[in-house]
Amino acid sequence: MALFGSLGERLNHIFSKLTKRGKLTELEIKEAMREIRVALLEADVNFLVAKDFIKNVSEKAVGERVLESLTPGQQVIKIVNEELISLMGSENAKLEVAPNPPTIILMCGLQGAGKTTMCSKLGFMLKKQGKKPLLVACDIYRPAAIEQLKIGAKNAGVDFFEKGTINPVKIATEAVSYAKKMGNDTVIIDTAGRLQISQELMDELVKIKEAVKPTEILLTVDSMTGQESVNVATEFNNKLDITGVVLTKLDGDTRGGAALSIKAVTGKPIKFCGIGEKIGDIEPFYPDRMASRILGMGDVLTLIEKAQEAVDQKEMQKLEERLKKNQFTFDDFLLQFEQISKMGNIADLLAMVPGMAGKFNPKDVDESKIKVFKSIIYSMTKKERANPEIINGSRRKRIAAGSGRTIQEVNSLIKQFEQTKQLMKNANNGKLAKMFGRKF
Amino acid sequence: MGFLSRLFDGMLNTKKSFSEQLKYAFTGNELDQDFYDELEYVLLSSDIGAKATNEILETLKEEVKKNKIKTTDQCKNALKNVMTNILNNVEPQKLVFPCVIMVVGVNGVGKTTTIGKLAQKYDKMGKKVVVVAADTFRAAAADQLEVWAKRAKVKIVSSTEGADPASVVFDGISSGKSRNADVIIIDTAGRLHNKVNLMEELKKINRVVEREFPEADYHKMIVIDGTTGQNATSQVNLFNEAIDLTDITVTKLDGTSKGGFVISLAEEFEIPIRYIGVGESADDLLDFKAKDFVDSIFE
Repeated sequence: MALFGSLGERLNHIFSKLTKRGKLTELEIKEAMREIRVALLEADVNFLVAKDFIKNVSEKAVGERVLESLTPGQQVIKIVNEELISLMGSENAKLEVAPNPPTIILMCGLQGAGKTTMCSKLGFMLKKQGKKPLLVACDIYRPAAIEQLKIGAKNAGVDFFEKGTINPVKIATEAVSYAKKMGNDTVIIDTAGRLQISQELMDELVKIKEAVKPTEILLTVDSMTGQESVNVATEFNNKLDITGVVLTKLDGDTRGGAALSIKAVTGKPIKFCGIGEKIGDIEPFYPDRMASRILGMGDVLTLIEKAQEAVDQKEMQKLEERLKKNQFTFDDFLLQFEQISKMGNIADLLAMVPGMAGKFNPKDVDESKIKVFKSIIYSMTKKERANPEIINGSRRKRIAAGSGRTIQEVNSLIKQFEQTKQLMKNANNGKLAKMFGRKF
Repeated sequence: MGFLSRLFDGMLNTKKSFSEQLKYAFTGNELDQDFYDELEYVLLSSDIGAKATNEILETLKEEVKKNKIKTTDQCKNALKNVMTNILNNVEPQKLVFPCVIMVVGVNGVGKTTTIGKLAQKYDKMGKKVVVVAADTFRAAAADQLEVWAKRAKVKIVSSTEGADPASVVFDGISSGKSRNADVIIIDTAGRLHNKVNLMEELKKINRVVEREFPEADYHKMIVIDGTTGQNATSQVNLFNEAIDLTDITVTKLDGTSKGGFVISLAEEFEIPIRYIGVGESADDLLDFKAKDFVDSIFE
């Protein structure tokens, strides 16, 4: 995930200057803060929030403690990090559950923020957690919005409720009674996108709120939003007293300053993030992790969590054993590919590794190549997979024909395999082993 | 009611907060550091971006020195000129018919809605329009375009969800050519510009259009959400790298967002800005005019 990447790079650059110089003068801190301010503004942090942030950090940084410390650069990073965390809220906020079911979640936001998509993702996530959600189509304005949610519900494997384009307040009310009757413990209401300044449409939301008394009112915000994020969040919060925020499209390369601003102006937590086009591409928002991403430290925690979900620990232990004995085979290689695909986008994963942000170009990571590689490995015999050294010229020709690929592609796979083998061998002795060897 | 009044009506909200802030900035009479600081904040808060803001202010200061500007009022006019000069470069040429307009952009910016409005607009001008539903990815995207096509009473070419978008475009171009269409408008799936595979897919679609209808006036138009911040630059950069954009359209400027990124885009890419969307109806899709855009910010 390129999340906050550029801001992180920028801060890294500033702090590398600080670290090299040893002890700092007030003037130098002022200089650094000026650059942080520009970086925050370029990251779309609201300019007033940025101003506040700079003021707080400066006050803390220009103290004696920093000036007399031996590694001032590290101390400044620590202070900036702490300030970022405190700005975004200090812990991950979970979804509230109503004491008497159903739990009702009302989704709202501007046009195109990603509400309908997020409804399906939430439904899918809750279903995985053992709930029985009902998706309710209350966007009666946008052409085919109801149809879109219906397909989303089907993809998520959850129940769906619609009443055509009648009054949304009525649809929502009827949906709640329907949910009670059918035993749905969670109701997710999709509403039409609207401008926060549209009196009529904002009133409609207030009426839905009064009618169904939602447990959660989640404002959906596009993470690419600029300075406007503050106006949107403030206005929706004033009218509806929202309970939280959902950030969408975080798999883009936006620096995502909106995340910083919204929490600062509303005081409401960011609960979830949309991180891809697949229905499972939703994750909780962790302010502390986000802060370390901002500082370019990578998101080690998310990486490890993802890896643990996807990887079969026993298989990994076996792989480690074989690596130690230098017995890495194509079957292991295939297994790796499969585990990587389970974890999601490779470029996203790499970006989360500390030190990798900014060091590689996401464009260099070609996922379609993995498909090609997999098809080639599938065309090998069991014996070939287990004993890669027996793959000679005529076998290569046969494998190429069998997989419908060229001999060059087969050669390229074998070369990559050898390189990976070497890399894993080295990694097992070094720093990477801690990250990949054990955790994966 | 002319173009300007509609632009002003639609952009009233955009204009209000911006010009209120400007008024505040211009109330003093001294061109001192406080004045420039205030101006800087006004520009930044409109999403003009740190870099472009800095450049605008530098240019303004030079103008002030060169022309011996003393009052904040004169300075306001000078600022207007600086901004208009930047945007003058990106006023678009007229379309030549037959033309193909391929509409691209990230998710949720209003591509399909814009196409619906365009279809109505050109239909009203007496042009024969064909719309092509090549967003075969998002659920119900084709249904959404279908509703718009019905409203505009224009021909739509579509396929099933999950179909190859390039083949839908191929069919769309053939159908448009055989009907002697003046305007073929292609809807594509929203895609984040940093997704390599999706951008490759777009390149493929682009090649189909170039190959199948080389004699058409071909426009590759990115739609950008007016509430976007500095990410607009990255969007234009990567879409441009993939398919050489020819036009930019900015939507959703009827809110309180200022769309200031337009200025940095103009400086960086010099890609013409074709339309700006300031409301729900087809009439609210306005031709972009530099002076009007800047005027509507200041009036």
